[in-house]
Amino acid sequence: MTRRNTRSPRSAGLTGLAGLVATTLVLTACGAGGRDDDGDGDGNGGGASDVGVTEDSVTIGGHFPLTGVAAPGYSEIPTGAKAYFDYVNANGGIHGRKIEYIVKDDGYNPTNTSKVTDELLLQDEIFAMVGGLGTPTHSAVVDQLNAEGVPDLFVSSGSLMWGDDVEARPMTFGWQPDYESEGKIIGQYVAENMPDAKVGLFLQDDDLGEDAEKGVRQFLDEEIVAVERYTSGNTDVGPQIAGLQGAGADLVLSFNTPSYTALAQLVSMKLGYKPKWFVASIGSDPNLVGSLLSQFSEGAIKDGASALEGVMTSEYIPGTDQTDDPWVQLWQKVWDEHGAKGELTNYRIYGMSHAYAFVQALQGVGEDLTREGLVEWLEENGEGLEGPQLAPFRYSADSHMGIAGMRLAEIKGDTTEPLTPVLVTDIGDAEITEDSSGQADDAPPESGIPE
Amino acid sequence: MAAAAARTARLRTALSEVTLLRHLVGAALGLLLVVLVLSAVDDFRRVQLAEMAYLGIAAGGLTVLTGLNGQLSLGHGALMAFGAYTTALLLPDRDGVPLVVVLLAAVAVTVVVGALVGVAAARLHGPYLAGATLALAVAVPGIALYFKETLGGEQGLRIIVPEAPTWADDATFFVTGQDLTPRGWIAFVAWLTLVVTYFLLANLSRSRVGRRWRAVRDDEVAAQLAGIDLARSRVSAFMVSAAAAGAAGAVLAIAVRLAAPSSFTLNLSLTLLAAVVLGGLGSLTGALTGAALLTFLPQVVTDLGREAGLDDIAAAELAPLVYGVVMVLVILLAPAGLFGTAHRAVVTRRTRRALAARAADGRASTGAPTDGSAGPTDSDPATRDSTTTTREGAQP
Amino acid sequence: MQQLLNTALGGLTLGAVYAAFALALVLIWRSTRVVNFAQAPMAMVTTFIALVVIDAGYSYWLGFAAALVSGLLLGALLERLVVRHVDGKAEINAVILTLGLFIVLHSLAAVVFGNEYRSFPAPFGIRGFEVGDRTIALTGFGVFTLVAVLVVMGLLVLLFRFTDLGLKMRASAFNAEVARLLGVQVGRMKTLGWALASLVGSLAGLLIAGGSLVHPGYMDSIVVYGFVAAVLGGLDSPAGAVVGGLVLGLSLSFVSGYVGSQLVALAALLILMLVLMLKPGGLFSSTTARRV
Repeated sequence: MTRRNTRSPRSAGLTGLAGLVATTLVLTACGAGGRDDDGDGDGNGGGASDVGVTEDSVTIGGHFPLTGVAAPGYSEIPTGAKAYFDYVNANGGIHGRKIEYIVKDDGYNPTNTSKVTDELLLQDEIFAMVGGLGTPTHSAVVDQLNAEGVPDLFVSSGSLMWGDDVEARPMTFGWQPDYESEGKIIGQYVAENMPDAKVGLFLQDDDLGEDAEKGVRQFLDEEIVAVERYTSGNTDVGPQIAGLQGAGADLVLSFNTPSYTALAQLVSMKLGYKPKWFVASIGSDPNLVGSLLSQFSEGAIKDGASALEGVMTSEYIPGTDQTDDPWVQLWQKVWDEHGAKGELTNYRIYGMSHAYAFVQALQGVGEDLTREGLVEWLEENGEGLEGPQLAPFRYSADSHMGIAGMRLAEIKGDTTEPLTPVLVTDIGDAEITEDSSGQADDAPPESGIPE
Repeated sequence: MAAAAARTARLRTALSEVTLLRHLVGAALGLLLVVLVLSAVDDFRRVQLAEMAYLGIAAGGLTVLTGLNGQLSLGHGALMAFGAYTTALLLPDRDGVPLVVVLLAAVAVTVVVGALVGVAAARLHGPYLAGATLALAVAVPGIALYFKETLGGEQGLRIIVPEAPTWADDATFFVTGQDLTPRGWIAFVAWLTLVVTYFLLANLSRSRVGRRWRAVRDDEVAAQLAGIDLARSRVSAFMVSAAAAGAAGAVLAIAVRLAAPSSFTLNLSLTLLAAVVLGGLGSLTGALTGAALLTFLPQVVTDLGREAGLDDIAAAELAPLVYGVVMVLVILLAPAGLFGTAHRAVVTRRTRRALAARAADGRASTGAPTDGSAGPTDSDPATRDSTTTTREGAQP
Repeated sequence: MQQLLNTALGGLTLGAVYAAFALALVLIWRSTRVVNFAQAPMAMVTTFIALVVIDAGYSYWLGFAAALVSGLLLGALLERLVVRHVDGKAEINAVILTLGLFIVLHSLAAVVFGNEYRSFPAPFGIRGFEVGDRTIALTGFGVFTLVAVLVVMGLLVLLFRFTDLGLKMRASAFNAEVARLLGVQVGRMKTLGWALASLVGSLAGLLIAGGSLVHPGYMDSIVVYGFVAAVLGGLDSPAGAVVGGLVLGLSLSFVSGYVGSQLVALAALLILMLVLMLKPGGLFSSTTARRV
């Protein structure tokens, strides 16, 4: 067709391509030079140390959304964990080892999670993954972590997947109460205490909403008059709230993130819809939601906390509003000494609580730190772990599920008042019982570092 | 006149045979290089190279569509999702379907989708096409959420990648003296797919089909007068491009071991477009250059940021920042893309040298670099530049 | 019944917001023939500027003005410094350029303003009006949004149809060389076009933010739906943008409320394809494709 189309540039292109491939590949080959070659990945010989562990350091990693739409809020979690690790390091570390905590951004995209996890495993050579965040994101790497024998501790998500099948995922440990158990506890409370309620469910359309609904429906079924689901990322929840209102729901159980609690409250205000709200722990954060709602003009809401006055919620660790709780006082001290900019938030407390549990495990395993040893120690001692959690962990050889239960409470003024004692349960049809472990009453040691 | 035409036709056949041969040799050399390099690098580099491969495959398809046929697509990430989900549905457990079949199925499904989208897109121009493909990019992940039962909802579908066949294992050991790691195997599959895809794309864009695509891009009216069916040409370009996207999606799914909606956000589509433009629109080498840049740049930038003392969050924001700035700078300073600009400099130098030689021969140099393409008239500033930067077509 | 009404009213307000954003795109398209993908993050930045002003204790309206003025300046600045250089180049160059700006502004905002949710105030009330003993999903701020959008649309129609300036702007976009020969200062017209479009975009940003939460990504979905609305109406027509926005807002609200919120984006795609199959230039297109 044209002379130029069938002329020499083609060969230039060909050599160009070959050249490019060669250059890239060779460059990357060179990049590999800095690695030490001996025995990475399979140091399970039962020796005194393992991948990522040296005389004076232990390297761990985590993946979190630091950029993108999921970043607001969630990106604070690793800052909390980091502050606590810095605090521990400043006090001499654990068994002489400083904790090196590497945080990678996955933008809440599983493709990136897979990428950064490979980076953590192969380049940074971490000893363990701690607190990796998100269900779809962590799903992308959980098999790989298990296949390679990397401890995968305290996943930041309440999916059942992080502990219900120890055989399939022996290295993975959940952390927060699973959404199903939370749904069960809330469902039973409503069935017993508000039998006449017309219940509406406001759910995030992923495993959070799904598992929670499963739990709630063990106790409530006919009472549920409407189920509305919103897709995370779509901030217009008007149609969903209008649906709940239209169905005449006078009690809304909502399982969503804090920003959606604020959005749902705003829309309800707009619609003049005033049901009783029951906001699950993940979305209740009274200080955050309150401060989000407090700004709105014309004095509709004057005082931050009163925006959520009378809202029922559940809690499994103390939050920023409970300033006289010894754990919160410890977190405040840690944040003041080692925190980045910004205030102590519940997201940061969440990260610190992870970190505390991990440090406790390091302390417990002792000087001979191996991946297998860590997992074994957690299985044997996990239920007795100290910490801010109100109910004990369920760790054993058969279950790696996280915190066993929670307390229901009502938001009053700028704090919460308990409605129930700490209730514990498990997935499936396990009974709901009062917790007798006294876990809720423990306090941190003087030093702030587990002994 | 007839004799001349026949001679031209013969010449063309001969040339195309040479082209095919050349591409074959290129592909074989490329493959050899891939094997050598993959066996020389460590597992982490293999992971990165696998990523570069799937970005490169999809970008190669996109560069054919946008560079050669002039259709802008902001929705190629969504097309990749079809390939990825097909893969996930076929590989639910370890005794799944052979990988070749999986890849072909992923391609087939995506081609069907591409044909549908292409038929719609063929009627649209400029911003209207951009709008439609943009809507496609954000709409597709919702499908996986709606059909939760089969497509796994937000959590997605997990993929069990079949282990490397023993022949591959043996061959690797024979050639390199090492065992084939799972990551090495995935990287190999990824690059093999890339080489095959690029080989096919390069041949196609050199063929009559490819010339039609370019003719349609350069001037619709002239192309129509020359008897080219505009819609058919556009749809075929879209299908070919979708095929590459499907293969890329399959490779991505295998590399990530998961097909989930949040992997296929608008960001992915924009990343592909950026790869294509950064390298140089319309050129496969350019697409691969762009893919390399987008694979390696973010990590390097983030690490630099961290070393410079930024906190994790600021360092993480640095990667998109730099990548955005690079995009802007490339468009402003080197609109032919990084590879395109370098390549053009070489060509210009050569042409100058040839001209000088000819002038020295004392012959009139009236035939200096004109280009005979049916192409753009200078009164149409909108297409003038795109064609000068991309006239060479897809260079393998 | 109440649900139906409230879903419709909610959709209408949302549609007005899409319309506002679509108007900005139409303005820039008519005056420079560029689709500005960076419009959304530009508006996000100016909204954050308003928030800084408001948080410093000044009134909402001062923040409002600050956002509009900074929008005007930002638009002019970007056109002068960056966009001007792709003038007359291939269409895709401008597209890529604005996508690049999109990414840059986004990450800059996340670093400067912080990547967290913040609430944005709204004037005229965010509680629904009471009709009889029912509250309907129309607020004072919602009315303000609708009115603002209609006023902007009217102004744009006036500008393009009845003023000399509008004619010059259209001429510069349509054929720069001829316009130049006719004595139009094409460069200035384009700068003005960007500045005005960015101003309208900032307004859209404020309207979306009002009575809701903002974070650096809060405009992201508007990029898609605002653009779809503009394309629905036909990029050349301010009235088309408003109609497109309202149609889209209403339909999506019903899809979200009665089918499922996962399918909102898919519904937008289907509506767009349906309209474009019937009228490839959008609902209000006046030009037809060139045929041989």
